Amino acid sequence: MTVRSTACMDGRTALQRTSHGGYRKEEPLKIVTLLKRVPDTEARILINQEGTGIREEDIKFVINPYDEYAVEEGLQIKERTGGDSTVTVVCLGPKEATEMIRTALAMGADDAVHICDPALVNSEPFTAAAVLARAIRETGFDIIFCGKQAIDDDMAQIHSILAEMLDIPQVSVAISFELSEDRRSAVVSRRIEGGDEKIETQLPAIISCEKGLNEPRYASLPGIMKAKRKEIRTKTLADLGFDAAPGGGRSRILRWLPLPKGGACRMVEAEETGDAVKEIVRLLREEAKVI
Amino acid sequence: MQFDLTEEERMIQKTARDFARKELAPVAKENNEKGIFPAEIYAKLAGLGFLGMTMPEKYGGVDLGTFSLVLVLEEISRVCASTSVVLSVQNSLINWAILKYGSEELRDAYLPRLASGEILGAYALTEPAAGSDVAALQLSAVRTGDEYILNGTKIFISTGDKAGVVIVFGRTDPHERTHGISAFVVEPDFPGFSVGKVEDKMGLKASTTVELVFEDCRVPASHLLGTEGDGMRIALAGLDGGRIGIAAQSVGIAQAALDEAVLFARERQQFGKRIVDFQATRWKIADMATQIEAARLLMYRAAKLRDAGRPCTKEAAMAKLFASIASNRVAYDALQIHGGVGYTKEFTIERLFRDARVTEIYEGTSEIQRLVISRQVLEEYDSLFPS
Amino acid sequence: MTNDCLVFGEVRGGVLKKVTKELIGAARHITETTGGAIDAVVIGGAAAAAAEGIKGYGLRSITVIEDEALAMYSTEGYAKALGDILEAKSPAYVLLGATAMGRDLAPRVAAKIDGVMFSDCVDVRMEEGTCVARRPVYSGKVFIEIAPEGGRTTFITIRPNNLPPAGPSGDGTEVVTYAAGVTRDAIRAIATEIVPVAGGRPDVTEADVIVSGGRAMKERSNFTVLEELADLLGAAVGASRAAVDAGYADHAIQVGQTGKIVNPKLYIACGISGAIQHLAGMRTSKVIVAINKDPNAPIFEKAHYGIVGDLFEIVPILTEEIRKIL
Repeated sequence: MTVRSTACMDGRTALQRTSHGGYRKEEPLKIVTLLKRVPDTEARILINQEGTGIREEDIKFVINPYDEYAVEEGLQIKERTGGDSTVTVVCLGPKEATEMIRTALAMGADDAVHICDPALVNSEPFTAAAVLARAIRETGFDIIFCGKQAIDDDMAQIHSILAEMLDIPQVSVAISFELSEDRRSAVVSRRIEGGDEKIETQLPAIISCEKGLNEPRYASLPGIMKAKRKEIRTKTLADLGFDAAPGGGRSRILRWLPLPKGGACRMVEAEETGDAVKEIVRLLREEAKVI
Repeated sequence: MQFDLTEEERMIQKTARDFARKELAPVAKENNEKGIFPAEIYAKLAGLGFLGMTMPEKYGGVDLGTFSLVLVLEEISRVCASTSVVLSVQNSLINWAILKYGSEELRDAYLPRLASGEILGAYALTEPAAGSDVAALQLSAVRTGDEYILNGTKIFISTGDKAGVVIVFGRTDPHERTHGISAFVVEPDFPGFSVGKVEDKMGLKASTTVELVFEDCRVPASHLLGTEGDGMRIALAGLDGGRIGIAAQSVGIAQAALDEAVLFARERQQFGKRIVDFQATRWKIADMATQIEAARLLMYRAAKLRDAGRPCTKEAAMAKLFASIASNRVAYDALQIHGGVGYTKEFTIERLFRDARVTEIYEGTSEIQRLVISRQVLEEYDSLFPS
Repeated sequence: MTNDCLVFGEVRGGVLKKVTKELIGAARHITETTGGAIDAVVIGGAAAAAAEGIKGYGLRSITVIEDEALAMYSTEGYAKALGDILEAKSPAYVLLGATAMGRDLAPRVAAKIDGVMFSDCVDVRMEEGTCVARRPVYSGKVFIEIAPEGGRTTFITIRPNNLPPAGPSGDGTEVVTYAAGVTRDAIRAIATEIVPVAGGRPDVTEADVIVSGGRAMKERSNFTVLEELADLLGAAVGASRAAVDAGYADHAIQVGQTGKIVNPKLYIACGISGAIQHLAGMRTSKVIVAINKDPNAPIFEKAHYGIVGDLFEIVPILTEEIRKIL
C-alpha cells in the first residue's frame, strides 16, 4: 500500500491512499455514480427577469440524462460481478434532489450520499469537484461513473477535475466498458472524431458516460418501494470538514443571452442561382453555425 | 382531501409515463391497426411490477393503493387504451377477486403467476342474455362429487383467449336469482373449456374480446371463490375498483385527444392564421380541458376513498360515468378540430375516437351508473330528510 | 503569470487538426489587447511534422514534444507534458479545441495547476482587458458570457468551425523540441487503438444533419443528388411521405407523423411542401433550410432559410459550395 500526499484545493495537505492493488477475484467492488438534478431536456428555458440565470418556476427537473447511463453501468457491473458489489450514488444538489436520488435507488443503487448546502448553489466546477472529492474519499471507491456532462451548464469538467484531485486515471465519453477478470483494469471505448478510441485503464478510475453506453432501466415499481428503505446520508459542507465552499472565485458570469429570436424565414434571392446558394452556405456557416 | 402526489407517486407515474412513451408508443399504432396483442409488452410490464400493483408483496405484488393504480392507468391509456384495459381488468378484477375471495391454496397457486406475467387473467361475467342484467346469467355450475360441471357461454370477454386463468360466474342454484350465483377460478386447459368467436371490434383493437364456451367443463370444487352463492356479492364488490379503473382509462384517452387537438391546431393554418387562434377553437379547448380536469378529480377522489377503506360506490360510479362521457365528447371535439385529416388513419385521433366509445358501455353502461348514483343519492336524502 | 497565450496544437492521425488555426485566430485577438506573445505546443507521434503547418503564423515559438510514450493519447501523459510547458511559459490563457482530446485534457491540466476552465466556447473577445468567453448552456437554448477572476491561468476550449481560421502572417517562429520525460509505466490509462467508424450514413433519428427529399424528386434514382450532399456533411438522407408513397424512397427513412421523428441541428428539405404530417416529424430541428419551386409552399413558414428554385439546379451547387469550405 503506497501513500501519497496531495495538496487539496483548500490548501491543506491530505493523506490519500491509492489503490491497494490487490483484489481477489471475489472481492466486491465499490462503485460510485455521480448524479445531478437538471431541468428536463424538453423544458422551455427562459432567462429570468434580473438576467442572472434562468426561470426555474414551471420547469420539470430530472436526473441528468447522461448520469442515467452512469447509474445503469454501475448496476450492470454489480450484477455481473456477483451482486456483492455496491453502487453508491453521490449527488451534490438542493434538497429537491432527493427525488432524483431516490429514483436511482429505485433503479437498484444501494445507498446514497446527498451533499446539500445553501453555500453550494450554482457552484463552480472546481468547488463542486473539491466537495465531491472529499465525500467520495469518505465512501471509498473502485470505479466512479458519471455523465459526460450536465445538461444545464454543459461544462463537462467535473470528471477531469475529480480525477486530478483523487489522483486517478480518467476516460471521457465512454461508449463501452469492459472490466478485466481480475477487476484491476478495464478496456473502455470512447467516441472521438471519426472513430472510437480504445483506452486501457487501471482501476480505480473515473469514467464519464456517453449515450449509447447502455440502455438505462426504468425504476420498477418494486424498486420504488424498496428505495424507500434505502439510506440517503445527507452532508453539509461542515459535515465534510469545510468551513466554506472551497476553490471558488475563479469566474464570473457577466451576462445571459437568449437565442436570437427565430423570425420569419430568411428567403435568399439573387440574380444568379449560384450567388443565392453561396449566400445560404455563408449564412449556415457564419450565422447559424451548423456547418 | 389532498391530491398532490407524494415523491413515491411521482416516481410511479414517471415510470409509467416513460414506459408508455418509449416502449408502447412506437408500436401502438400498428398493434391497433393490425389487431396485434403485444405479448412482449405485457412481459415488460410484468417485469416492472405493473401486473401485480395492488397485490401484497408476499405474492409478488407491489402493494400499492388504487390511487397509484389510476396514475399508472391514465399514463398507459394516453398511449394505448387496449393495453390499459388489460392492466385494469388484471389488477382491479382478477387479482383482487382471487386475493379477497380465494382460499390460501388458490392465492398461492395463481397470484404469483399473475404478478410475474407468467399468466394473464380474464373475467367472464357477461352472457348473450346477461349484460347489464347480470343476475340473468344462465351458465350452470352443477356440483358433482368434488367438481363443478359448467355449461354455458360467455361473451365479450377481454383477453379470454390469452388468459391463463379465467374467473367464471355461473349459477349454482337455479331457484335463487341473485344469491344462486357463484364464482370459479378456471384454467383454459380444464376439459370442456374452449374459445369461441373472436370479436372484430370498432376499437381497442390491440386487445382481444372473445366468446368462451363451456361444455361440461370440469372445475375442481376447491376452485370456488368464497362460498356457493357469493358470486353476485363478489361481482358487485369488484365493480367499484373496476369502474375507477375505466375512469382512469377514459381520462387518459381524453387527455391524449386534447393533446393531439392542441398540437394540430397550433400548426394548421387557414384564413391567414393558426386555427388555435380562432375563438371557436379556443372555446372548445377550454371545455375539453375543464371536462378532463373534472373527470380526473372525480377519479382521484374515488381512488382516495377506496384506499381509505371508505365507501366509494357512488363516487366510483360518478367517476366512471363522467369520465367516459367526457372521453367521448373530448375525442369528438378533437376530431372536429382536426378537420378532414382527423377522419383519416394517418392521424391518431380517429383511433382515440373509436377507443373512447366503449368506455360508456363496458364495466357498467352509463345507464347503470346513473341507476347506481341515483339510488345512492336518494338514500342519502332519505337519511337526511326522512319522509 | 505573463500576458501570453498558449495554443494547443492537436495532432490526430499524424495531422494537425484544423481547429488549431481557429485557436491561433482567437489568440491573436487576445494578445492584441494583452500585448503578450503566442506560443504553441504540439504533442504526439508526428508532432514535428504537424508543427510545420503553423510555422508561418507569427507565433513566437512552437514546442514539439515527441516522447514515445506520448505517441498515443493519454490524459496523464499529455497533462504532464503540457503542465511542464505551462510551468516554463506561465501564459495567462491556454487555448485548446473543444474536441474529444481537448475536452478531456484541458480540465485535468487546469485542475493540475489550479487554474480555471471555460468549456466549449463559441466566441472569445477582450472586454476591458479581460478575456470574455461566450458559451452555450442548457443544450444551446441560452448563452452565457463568462470571464475569469482571481488572476489564474485561464483554459478555454473552443468549438471547431465557429471562429474564422487565422491566415499565415510571417516567419520568425522558433521551433523547440522538448523531451517531457514521460514513461509508459507512469501512465495509467492510455489509448491502444483507434477504430474508424464504419462507413455508411447515420440513422435518420440519430443524425445531426439530414438532407430530405419530397415528391419533387420524381424518381428513386434522383436521390443520388441528395446522397452526395449528405455524404459530404456526414448526414442522413430522409424523405417525406409523398416520396415514400410514390416509391422514391424506403419507409425506413420517412420523416413525419407516420414515419420517424427527427431532431437534427440542420434539416435541408428539398422539394418538400411542408404538410403538417411532415412538420410533425422534423419541427424541432434547430435550423431548417427549404428548397422549393413554389414560393407559397407551407415549408417556408417553418424554415429558417429558404430558396425558391429547382432543387436539381440548387442542390448540386450547394454541394459544391459546401465542399469548398469544408
